[in-house]
Amino acid sequence: MKVNCSVNVPRLSRVEGHGAIRIKIKDGRVEHASWEVVETPRFFEAILSGKRWENAPVIAGRICGICSISHTLASIRAVENAFSMTPTEQTRNLRLLLKHMETLQSHVLHLYFLAAPDFLGAGSVFPLIESAPEVVARAARLKLLANDLCDCVGGRRLHPTRTVVGGFTMLPDRKELSLFSKRLVAATADLMQTAELFTTFGIPDFARETEFVSLKGDGAYPFLGGSLISSDGVEKQEHEYAGMTNEFTVSRSTSKWARLSRESYAVGALARLNNNFGCLHPSAGEIASLFRLRPVCHNPYMNNIAQLVECVHVANESARIIDTLLDTRWDEPKQEVTPRAGRGVAAVEAPRGILYHCYEFDETGHIVKADCVIPTGQNHANIQLDLEYLAARYASEGMTDRDISLLAQMLVRSYDPCISCSVH
Amino acid sequence: MPNSGKTYLGVPVSRPRAAFFDFSSCEGCQLQILNNEATLLDFLSLVQVVNFREAMTEESDEYDIAFVEGSITRPDEVERLKAIRSRAKVLVALGSCACFGGVNQLKNRFRDLLWVNKTVYGDAAVETDFVRRLADVVAVDLMIYGCPVRKEEVEKVVTNVVIGKEISYPKYPVCMECKAGENICLFDLGEACLGPVTRAGCGAWCPGNRAGCWGCRGPADDANIEQMKRLMRERGIPEETILDRLECFGGFREVSETFRLEMTKGKP
Ligand code: SF4
Ligand code: SF4
Ligand code: SF4
Repeated sequence: MKVNCSVNVPRLSRVEGHGAIRIKIKDGRVEHASWEVVETPRFFEAILSGKRWENAPVIAGRICGICSISHTLASIRAVENAFSMTPTEQTRNLRLLLKHMETLQSHVLHLYFLAAPDFLGAGSVFPLIESAPEVVARAARLKLLANDLCDCVGGRRLHPTRTVVGGFTMLPDRKELSLFSKRLVAATADLMQTAELFTTFGIPDFARETEFVSLKGDGAYPFLGGSLISSDGVEKQEHEYAGMTNEFTVSRSTSKWARLSRESYAVGALARLNNNFGCLHPSAGEIASLFRLRPVCHNPYMNNIAQLVECVHVANESARIIDTLLDTRWDEPKQEVTPRAGRGVAAVEAPRGILYHCYEFDETGHIVKADCVIPTGQNHANIQLDLEYLAARYASEGMTDRDISLLAQMLVRSYDPCISCSVH
Repeated sequence: MPNSGKTYLGVPVSRPRAAFFDFSSCEGCQLQILNNEATLLDFLSLVQVVNFREAMTEESDEYDIAFVEGSITRPDEVERLKAIRSRAKVLVALGSCACFGGVNQLKNRFRDLLWVNKTVYGDAAVETDFVRRLADVVAVDLMIYGCPVRKEEVEKVVTNVVIGKEISYPKYPVCMECKAGENICLFDLGEACLGPVTRAGCGAWCPGNRAGCWGCRGPADDANIEQMKRLMRERGIPEETILDRLECFGGFREVSETFRLEMTKGKP
């Protein structure tokens, strides 16, 4: 039994944004274990207030560079819901395709560039360029496909240009779109190899029971809008999101925290999968069983695997959406917008978990009040409790400070936190 | 100045040590560099990356070129930026947040930071200042404009620094690139566009996707703002829309601040 331990990581690397991990165990007791978020806030909710509706997606999209498509689509959906607009099926399909490619891009970035180096004993992906060139080439190929398809549909891979309230400014080139079908098939092969690579990684055997919150799949694995669900049995409508998040401020963090039925809850790929396992594409389900990933899985390190499973899901689904789009005659890219007074809420599954935008408009379409609840913000409390539990457990097992530090860093990285986004 | 010797702007020409830093930002500009799948490897053969927290664990205090993303909004950021400046031979402002304050500077229009704080944090106010661009705090050697930056431009700038070629920016407006791209003009569709006054270099990224320009790269040389406003007014574009675009990324700060005062008589 080890009685003293000290871990201090002032600037956690390979995550988006600035966070710190500090753990202190004295005489076998956890004196201090904390996940500190020191990121500077940019005050997006204030920035948005007073602005006319058409500014919302442009400004709110800049909350996050990695998940700008999710923020843009959430912002657009909140405006459309406030104005009682229903997007056409074509728009819904194009948005979902764009969303899928963001998920693939973001998950691949996380799995290969941010998470994998830990399992391969490297400080970054850069040394792997020489030691494992085929691995890096595969990651680059997958990311490139996702990014190219985002360019094709959204106009730009980050901070998309074509996505607007009402639909799109223009539609993709049909021929260009059709060429992606083949590349998506090739991507499934690359993802199988990714799965093989990940089977060689030792995923830490660690679990702490918690609550998982996500959108509720209505026949399909959910990404854009719908009702809300938790693994503890809470169900709410999209517009009742505040009852799901219950945000509060904490002194050690510039990000707000959230809770529901317990002290903390988790969002993200693992939460989505835990709550919607039955809606996965069969090939994705196969990958899940390869890793014995079944609901309800309480091992936060398995979020990596859940992301991998989702990559397979979105690659297969995207091929289907492209076929559907190519089989139909295309309508106008966008609908007319008529602003009106009201409140609109959007819940969207960003790569890192459920994201909410809520705007209140006056009758001229100006924002009176804005609220954005970020996935990582909802995960902070859960990360904190995981860290406390991890420190106590591994210290009592006699692990070295260095190993505890590494496992703590890997734990936080598994959540794929988007810290600057959580502070916004 | 082109350089025939072994250094340029004091930077060794063979694989200089490059470091990436971020302040208040969305980190999208850094991501654009990782988004360089096709040419990432070439880029990495050009420079030696010694600091890139978003991508690597190792850190070093010795570097030649510092790429700095984000704007400055807190006293501790000022200190950190000054330390980076003192170590870097060349400091590059990466993206509109760093060059102009980006969308973050929209906060400044309220002039009342207490209200801003209360709106987001209620009574649990956090430390914050008015948003500043890097050049308000330290000397900046080079700017790479855009929200986000264009990866080709980042590569071009880096290559030019490495081989010692002078860095030049387009002085002409986005309209020139847009017309060369044979896009439908947004004005003809009755929509707003800042293309006539915004510095080119993005390849008319937005108009090429049938979306008006929001001026993320700041003003072109000799930009005639009054004429552009007149053009927009003639086409029935509301004053507010023109202001929204001019003030969005901070590149037109002087003009937009005055415009806002005129339009709102001081109200946010
Ligand atoms: S300039 Fe734009 S893309 Fe770059 S960091 Fe700032 S908000 Fe993000
Ligand atoms: S669309 Fe904009 S950038 Fe293009 S020509 Fe018209 S005004 Fe100029
Ligand atoms: S068109 Fe305008 S807003 Fe779009 S990238 Fe170019 S400068 Fe920025």
